[in-house]
Amino acid sequence: MAFWRRNTHIEKERHVKANARDYNDKFSYADNRIKTSKYNIFTFLPINLFEQFQRVANAYFLVLLILQVIPEISSLSWFTTIVPLVLVLVITAVKDATDDYFRHKSDQQVNNRQSQVLIRGSLQNEKWMNVRVGDIIRLENNQFVAADILLLCSSEPYGLCYIETAELDGETNLKVRQALTVTSDLKDITKLMDFDGEVICEPPNNKLDKFTGTLYWRDNKYPLDNEKMLLRGCVLRNTEWCFGMVIFAGLQTKLMQNCGRTTFKRTSIDKLMNTLVLWIFAFLICMGVILAIGNTIWVSWIGRNFQVFLPGEEFQSNAVFSGFLTFWSYIIILNTVVPISLYVSVEVLRLGHSYFINWDQKMFCRQTNTAAEARTTTLNEELGQVEFIFSDKTGTLTQNIMVFSKCSINGQTYGDVYNEFDEKVEITEKTACVDFSFNPLCDKAFKFYDGSLIEAIKLEDLAVQEFFRLLALCHTVMPEEKSEGHLVYLAQSPDEGALVTAARNFGFVFRARTPETITLCEMGRAVTYQLLAILDFNNVRKRMSVIVRNPQGQIKLYCKGADTIIFDRLDPSSEALMYTTSEHLNEFAGEGLRTLALAYKDLDEDDFEVWMKKLLFASTVIENREDQLAVLYEEIEQGLKLLGATAIEDKLQEGVPETIACLNLADIKIWVLTGDKLETAMNIGYSCNMLRDDMNEVFVISGHTLLEVQQQLRSAKEHILGLSRVSSVGDVEKTDMFADDSVFEEAIIAEYALVINGHSLAHALEPQLEHILLDLACLCKTVICCRVTPLQKAQVVELVKRHKRAVTLAIGDGANDVSMIKTAHIGVGISGQEGMQAVLASDYSFAQFRYLQRLLLVHGRWSYFRMCNFLCYFFYKNFAFTLVHFWYGFFCGFSAQTVYDQWFITLFNIVYTSLPVLAMGLFDQDVNDQNSLRYPSLYKPGQQNLLFNKRQFFLCTLQGMGTSFLLFFIPYGAFSVMVKEDGSHFSDQQTFAVTIATTLVIVVSVQIGLDKHYWTAVNHLFIWGSLTVYFAILFAMQSNGIFGIFPSNFPFVGTARNCLSEKSVWLVILLTTVVCVVPGLVVSFLRVDLFPTLTDKVRHLQQSRKKEGPQEQNLRRVRRTSSRRSAYAFSHQQGYGELITSGKNMKMSTVSSAGSPGRTPHSSTWIENMLKRKNEVSCTSDESGNRAKQTPKQQVRA
Amino acid sequence: GEINKTDQHQYYNEWIFGLEKGSKRIAAMMATSYNAKEEDGHHSGASSHGAAGVVKSKKPDNTAFKQQRLPAWQPILTAGTVLPAFFVIGLIFIPIGIGLYVSSNNIKEFEIDYTGVDISNPCYSCAKNFSWNSTTPCVCSMNFTLEQPFESNVFMYYGLSNFYQNHRRYVKSRDDSQLNGDQSALKNPSKECEPYRTSDGLPIAPCGAIANSLFNDTLELYHIDSNNTRNTIPLVKKGIAWWTDKHVKFRNPGENLTAAFQGTNKPVNWRKPVYELDPSDPDNNGFINEDFIVWMRTAALPTFRKLYRIIQKKSNTTPTLPSGKYVLEITYNYPVLSFDGRKRMILSTISWMGGKNPFLGIAYITVGSICFFLGVVLLIIHHKYDTRSNSADIPN
Repeated sequence: MAFWRRNTHIEKERHVKANARDYNDKFSYADNRIKTSKYNIFTFLPINLFEQFQRVANAYFLVLLILQVIPEISSLSWFTTIVPLVLVLVITAVKDATDDYFRHKSDQQVNNRQSQVLIRGSLQNEKWMNVRVGDIIRLENNQFVAADILLLCSSEPYGLCYIETAELDGETNLKVRQALTVTSDLKDITKLMDFDGEVICEPPNNKLDKFTGTLYWRDNKYPLDNEKMLLRGCVLRNTEWCFGMVIFAGLQTKLMQNCGRTTFKRTSIDKLMNTLVLWIFAFLICMGVILAIGNTIWVSWIGRNFQVFLPGEEFQSNAVFSGFLTFWSYIIILNTVVPISLYVSVEVLRLGHSYFINWDQKMFCRQTNTAAEARTTTLNEELGQVEFIFSDKTGTLTQNIMVFSKCSINGQTYGDVYNEFDEKVEITEKTACVDFSFNPLCDKAFKFYDGSLIEAIKLEDLAVQEFFRLLALCHTVMPEEKSEGHLVYLAQSPDEGALVTAARNFGFVFRARTPETITLCEMGRAVTYQLLAILDFNNVRKRMSVIVRNPQGQIKLYCKGADTIIFDRLDPSSEALMYTTSEHLNEFAGEGLRTLALAYKDLDEDDFEVWMKKLLFASTVIENREDQLAVLYEEIEQGLKLLGATAIEDKLQEGVPETIACLNLADIKIWVLTGDKLETAMNIGYSCNMLRDDMNEVFVISGHTLLEVQQQLRSAKEHILGLSRVSSVGDVEKTDMFADDSVFEEAIIAEYALVINGHSLAHALEPQLEHILLDLACLCKTVICCRVTPLQKAQVVELVKRHKRAVTLAIGDGANDVSMIKTAHIGVGISGQEGMQAVLASDYSFAQFRYLQRLLLVHGRWSYFRMCNFLCYFFYKNFAFTLVHFWYGFFCGFSAQTVYDQWFITLFNIVYTSLPVLAMGLFDQDVNDQNSLRYPSLYKPGQQNLLFNKRQFFLCTLQGMGTSFLLFFIPYGAFSVMVKEDGSHFSDQQTFAVTIATTLVIVVSVQIGLDKHYWTAVNHLFIWGSLTVYFAILFAMQSNGIFGIFPSNFPFVGTARNCLSEKSVWLVILLTTVVCVVPGLVVSFLRVDLFPTLTDKVRHLQQSRKKEGPQEQNLRRVRRTSSRRSAYAFSHQQGYGELITSGKNMKMSTVSSAGSPGRTPHSSTWIENMLKRKNEVSCTSDESGNRAKQTPKQQVRA
Repeated sequence: GEINKTDQHQYYNEWIFGLEKGSKRIAAMMATSYNAKEEDGHHSGASSHGAAGVVKSKKPDNTAFKQQRLPAWQPILTAGTVLPAFFVIGLIFIPIGIGLYVSSNNIKEFEIDYTGVDISNPCYSCAKNFSWNSTTPCVCSMNFTLEQPFESNVFMYYGLSNFYQNHRRYVKSRDDSQLNGDQSALKNPSKECEPYRTSDGLPIAPCGAIANSLFNDTLELYHIDSNNTRNTIPLVKKGIAWWTDKHVKFRNPGENLTAAFQGTNKPVNWRKPVYELDPSDPDNNGFINEDFIVWMRTAALPTFRKLYRIIQKKSNTTPTLPSGKYVLEITYNYPVLSFDGRKRMILSTISWMGGKNPFLGIAYITVGSICFFLGVVLLIIHHKYDTRSNSADIPN
């Protein structure tokens, strides 16, 4: 890709002419083919090999291989390196090839999707990849948009069309796009065929919410903006069809431009490993230098005289040169301290751990039929080190399902279930639902458990009836009745949908609406209300009202809104009811429910006439229209009569509070980053137990200017530090000593929470404030950021990543979480939901938030534990194996003579010892999964990086060195005067080699046995199997037969037989093994016995439990503390009221039947209004985005 | 029934995806994936309602392996397992060590250095006047006395010190194919043999530095009896090499040695060609000459001994080597002084565990005692500082 891109000139402006392929071809724009794969069959081998050799490790082994070919240096045969190297290359290549195969497959799937293209006057089915810039394509309902297209016309009136942009920005509500008026009439193919407008627009970029361009058509210029564009990845909804002209295709679409190459994530262990490998490399060079100097000295003192029997070649008569050559020879021999198999083994382990995650039944979600998936196989052990979790709210913590769960009508609550003893019963899946069969129009999925409400309805309780009538009338939901009785509500916000659905089931079915009427089916009776006005919702009003005339001719105002707002506008007669309702509201809020208060008012005909006139006048005013309308609304929404309150449950995902509590115990900090409103976010905070009433303080930062924010942050921080300073009165000096906040953090016991608003966050993330923000945030137990843009989410993650040396994890479900998922060390996507963007960008995905607990505390912990154990052992093993050559150097004239047989060197790492250590790395468990979850504190060693760090590395290499020392010197001592039982001499090099090799294999096997905590059958098989294989291969390679075939390659013939049949050899092996293993055993016994870690204790407990037999384990249940907070349920956008009254969103047929020409002038403004508002929103967010983008640059400059 | 079922299924899905969302959206949403698995229009959600009806569950298999519940032995280091292990090791090692030490001490060994470094040494002049070209062998005699009789079979070794038979270039300077009787290798030895690959244009057999430096001193042993007469002690020269070496690894290129080695040259340092190494025994010539084989098995360390001859026990009544005076007569052919080497002659008996080797015995006793001692110390520490008797302090 990169190659041809370089050739094309940089596009400054894009010219696209409709229906003119020849013209457009001049510019060689990208076609609509998508290619994410890297190789094809022919380029695979060269490119893959090239890439593989770019890795330092592989290049290093290649260099070694080249060195080994030089005869003067070669101390090992070529096969000792090439066998493992080829193995490594092949394994990696196979993995890359399969990955690429799947990419090819998915590319192909996308490229082969069908779309209808207007070619030569007719619509033809074309594959996506053949769609070109300038083509006019037809889209149908629920189809994906194939490319970035300019909307020309649609089936809906006014060239409107609806799209869902979940793939792009994660927002699931429908968005409106409108075609230019001039093009919206091109509704038939012949007209479209003649369309020859030319679009001149910006070059391809990745800004999803911005587009600038101009359409030139029939000598006119029409400005184009984002509202006329349908971007690739969107889905057409509620629109039968539409036509559009392709502006950007394929890789140049905004979606693809946003899919930047994922930066390759590496774990901290990876980085540590690289450092350590460099250290080892330095160590290797040191050893090489020492031995080379030794060689120089030896040559000049002894070797020179030894020439009688070993004549030096001419150039080697120079001792220094000989030393130089020896250096390289020793580099070759000792290269196994940086074992090539390390990298492969680590990859294999991670792959295995990923499979265990994929296979985990306890992370499988039955409802959505999705299993957990490790999408990246390189990050597993990092899961055991997470310190910060950044979580999205909607879809992650909550299900984004609103359920009408309770209500209070006329001072009476409904919704709780009581048993015969009048005790509240917890609602479970088994609780019997209310039977709605009396109502043929009911929604069968709706569940309600309290039968008394239905009885009240059947008793025709007036208040109850009015309550549900209000719910059925006062909203902006659109009904759709495909077939008789099969009603579908298109709600703009899920809470409204829940309320209307509740009314529907309780017999007040909202059936149809026109701009002027609302038809209900009240207890089976069709009733049509005249809709006189919609007093729309907005953020300031926090309420909405409708004014209707009922069939009896009465005019009524129905209002629903936030309790505080409604209570302020109540008629004095409702005061008593208000107190009762208020109590109920507190009760609901305490359960984490979202509430709305409902009220109504009877209007006097004359008063209404007057008011209506004022309203009509106000709505034609151009200046301050909104303010004037607000005043008028305020005027009429007075003296309301309270009906009751609703409580909607913003359903949390299953087990969220428990999971959060558990993760908190594991010292993981959870920050919620949400695009939601402050109230909603806080409400969820309370229901998740992240915010609690017993917290010392909840700081809300919502300043609008830099100074304000700074002020708020400062005072909050001072508040925390000040308090704790006061709490430790007497040692003020001491606290001053701990001025460093990081130390001080630990001292704070009090619990604080920080809630910060998006606009404040934009300021707080600026370089001068980010430190104070971070300090404050880390002092708080809970951090909630609301109203944040996707970019800000990433910035927050980046901030923590940059300043805290901690592992971060981001979890989310929508496309708006992608940036944060990509930024964090580990990204987790919630799968099985609507969008796939988050999952595609993530490293791990599963269906429910609560699985995070298992992913981290079980899989992450095990992975980390296993990886650390594996690495420790691996380094130990290789040091023990390799350094024997170093010691031998002092006794063989520093000649780079190997101790072992070359075949042993070749096979040691890849055959004799690979499987047991892999089995340990795959299956080892110190503590089982139940206990891992039961004692979250077990997770802490990972966060503190205790199991594998530089110190551990040093210790295990030291152990390896010690072992190699003993491995060499004990046989040395024994062999100096050893003879066979038949008297023949026995201290020859080959016997020595076989003895040390055998001892080594036994010692490392015993050591792994001691290091292992969990001996499965596989472990047994691998350990015993490896030992068996070692002896089998040993005897096979030293057998007469193989020597007869290759006499020069297997010179060890008969050594094993002669050597291993001697008692003294076995005595040496036994002695060496014991001496090598005992010190380590003593140390670990003393550690476990005297300073047991939590892990040791739990292991002990686990074992004693096992002996006692299985016990019932009661899992802790987290109780929600009752909090007196309420969040009113309205996740609403302004403007839909106008949309309804204008009738624009009604289908043609409905509009024409109930069309009222009088409204048209008024309604022509609504779209402009709405678009204006949207633009404002997008502009501001864009600004903040830009500003935020600049910050890193500014920092660099600073 | 069928209709009812699919209906239920659909409502179930609706419930999952949200009450308020239209069924149209639901069907689409289930497949809303950028890399949608299905072609457009055929949404997985819709197809699941189709004739097939049953969605294939992706539930992972419930096997012990996949769920990581494999039955396992989970040993932990407790005082109950570790401490007895130390005592057991101690109790096993100490007797072995004592046994080894005693039997090693019972072995009789006599060693004499005949390098001729000191002027007092009878071989001094031989060592000093050594020349590769001399045709007359230099012979010297060393007198020595055995204080104690050597009862069973006695093994006679020669020992070399500071001789780097384990130097890399030395070790690889041989051709195993040639030594195995391979004809082509005989005529065209491996390059590893350089610079002892050819001489005078003919290939050297056996080639290489190891063969070239074959130890060629001749040692003879005489017993001086009470009458001051020298009795030759018969030295057996067969059976000193490993069976595998003699019969597998080394083979002559042909039956008729003179003919087989036609067209090859003897190693530079040698006085006789390889097929005349043992004039007394035609079967001990060529590559299968045992002295040669013994030499070719390179030593691991720069100080080593190699078996030279065996003195077999004659009868049960008299010791193999009675105590008394002996003379070692050396035909001094092998120069070691130039590189500060030493040559020794060693006489030794052997026991069940081989030759005299005090190291193993002492090492076993030491390690055994340390383990036992450690066991005691750990026991004390464990009793004094045991902190894990109750696991009640686990934070929940």
